[in-house]
Parts: sequence; structure tokens; C-alpha cells
Amino acid sequence: MVSPAHFVALSVILFVIGAVGVLVRRNAIVVFMCIELMLNAANLAFVAFARMHGALDGQVIAFFVMVVAAAEVVVGLAILTAIFRARRSASVDDANLMKY
Amino acid sequence: MTGTHPLILAGPAAETTRLVAYWLLAILSVAAAVGMVLARRAVHCAMLLAVVMLSLAVFYAMLGAPFLSFVQIIVYTGAVLMLFLFVLMIVGISAADSIIETIRGQRMWAALAGIAMLVLLSLVVGHAVIGPAAPNTAQFGNGNVTTLANLIFTKYLYPFEVTSALLIIAAVGAMVLAHRERTTPKPTQRELAARRIASGRPAPLPGPGTYAQHNAADMPALLPDGSHSELSVSTVLSGRAGETPRELPGATAIPVAPPETAGSLAGPASADSVARPASAGGQGAGEQ
Repeated sequence: MVSPAHFVALSVILFVIGAVGVLVRRNAIVVFMCIELMLNAANLAFVAFARMHGALDGQVIAFFVMVVAAAEVVVGLAILTAIFRARRSASVDDANLMKY
Repeated sequence: MTGTHPLILAGPAAETTRLVAYWLLAILSVAAAVGMVLARRAVHCAMLLAVVMLSLAVFYAMLGAPFLSFVQIIVYTGAVLMLFLFVLMIVGISAADSIIETIRGQRMWAALAGIAMLVLLSLVVGHAVIGPAAPNTAQFGNGNVTTLANLIFTKYLYPFEVTSALLIIAAVGAMVLAHRERTTPKPTQRELAARRIASGRPAPLPGPGTYAQHNAADMPALLPDGSHSELSVSTVLSGRAGETPRELPGATAIPVAPPETAGSLAGPASADSVARPASAGGQGAGEQ
């Protein structure tokens, strides 16, 4: 019997993997992908809770998360290409002009 | 279980099927997510992320969200991930991540933080009472889209309208960020022609694989005297393999434009780009 708890546990694992990826990786695009993974994990938890409560509000929230994630990807990737044009690098270490 | 969506498995063997599908895809998606963190090349990361997203789409279908399942495939995997790949093709030529730690012990601390977070979240989820699934109603099956639409256009109407503003702002913001102000006047056709004649090589670049043994795009063209013309290979392709851009051999039959001429040939559009020897050739081809 697959219960919503199974899916919540899976979403916890995926979220942690995404968070570790954000901390570890240096390539800004890969960091961005890890953020997407975290958003997806949160969506899975929302949908599982919607199934548990028998109401669709969780699915609506997941839908809104998807919309916001799409907008965020557009702006974020535009920033990345702008940084790449200026510094010829996609590494998060190279965008350090405003450090201290 | 009448009225369920065909995506939601129904029937006597449904529970077993669900269980098998869950464990298969759970292991697959966790493995793909771990591989995404570990893979050196950004393109491999994108492919593994696609695996995770597609398995999540199946999970949504299992959880009675057929609409979100399709949105996940169409919007997330189809649009968002392809956008990532587009930007990777533009940016990530030297896509392999460096393995040098800029902060000492960062990996170890990140792993510790990850374990701590996992423990914390597991405790939270373990203490919470997550009940069994609610009885299956039509809103998790055939009525899913209708019920969602009802919710979005009644209860969540205001957030929905705000979302439209957000999307417009995002589109305009991306356009502003991608815009580049022209600092010098646009060269006229006459100036371009004069530059091209002055560059010493008025003819267009040789096509890839012209008179070569293979006509693949990464094969350098064979010149009449039997030598290879590195100018015929796109700089994107030569840089794709992770190697530094190849130096142009001085002994090629083609008179190579000297670097200062090449810089002016490239024009103001790429004035901020790194002066690669082969990039001038690419720019020249673009001005045909």
C-alpha cells in the first residue's frame, strides 16, 4: 500500500539532495538545476498532502509553484547569460566583484 | 472505482502495480538526483534532472493529479529543461566543473549540513501524522481538471491574476537583461566590404568537410594543397570537447588575417569577447 507518507519521504530525500547540490557545485547553471530539483520535491509533497486531505488546494499550490519556477528560470538564466557575457565564465566563484 | 481517470490504475492488481511502480521510480529518481549532484558535465546534469522530473510526473499521476502530471511533462521537462539546455549550449562550452575547492573543506561541511538537514526533516516528517490517502473521488480522476479550474478561477482568482503580472515582469526583465546597448554606430555595408577586403581574405570561410573524407561538421576542410583548414571548423565545435581553442597553424594555405585586423573585423558586437584566434573567422562568416 503506497501511502502519502511514502511520497513525502521521497520528497524529503530529493529536497536534501538538491540542497547539497546547491552547496557543492560551482557551475551556476548546475546550481540552478539543483534549485529546480528542490522546487520539484516541494511540489511532490504538496501533491501528496492534497491526496491525503482529499482536497485539491495542494495541487493548485503546486501549479502556482510551477508558474513561479518558470518565471524564475527565465530571469535567472538571463542573469547567467549576462554574467557570462561580462566575465566569460559560468562559475559562481568568478562573479566575486562585490565580495567585501 | 468508477469514474477514475485511465491514468490511475484501477482493478484488483492496482495496489501491487502501484507499489512496484513507486519503488522502481523512487530508486530511479533518487539515483538520478544523486548522479546530478555528482556528474561533472552540466549536460549530463540536465539529462539526469529530466529523469527525475519525468518520474515525478508519474508520481503525480499515481497521486491523482493527472493535470499536474501533464503540466510537469510539458512545462517542466519540455520547456524549462530545454531552456536550460539552450543556455548550456550558449554558455557551457567549458562545461566541466572545476574540482578545486575554493573554500577549504567545503564539500565535507556541505555533506554534514546535508545529513543534518536530512535528519531534521526526517524527524519533522516522522513526528507529523501523515494519514492514509483520502477516499478516491472524481476530483482525483476525470473531474480533476474541472475542479482545479473551479478552484483557480474562484478561490485562487487573486493569486492567479498576480501570477499574470509576475509572468509579464519576468518576460520584460529577461528582455532587459539580454539587451545590449550599442556603443558604436552600426557599420554600414560599405564599411563592412572595405574591412573584408582589407582583411586579406575576401572569400567566405571554407565549409566544414569540403573535399574531406567525411562531411561531419567537426572535420576540417581539405585545401587544394592537401592541408587541413582549421578555419572551416566552428569555434563552438572545437571548444566543445573541453579543449582550449586550437591555435591556427601558420602554414595553412589560407592567408590568415593578423590578430589586429581580426579584432576590427569582429566589430563592436564582440568587442568584449576574448580575442580568440579562430573567433574572427566565425564573425567574418556571419557577415556574409
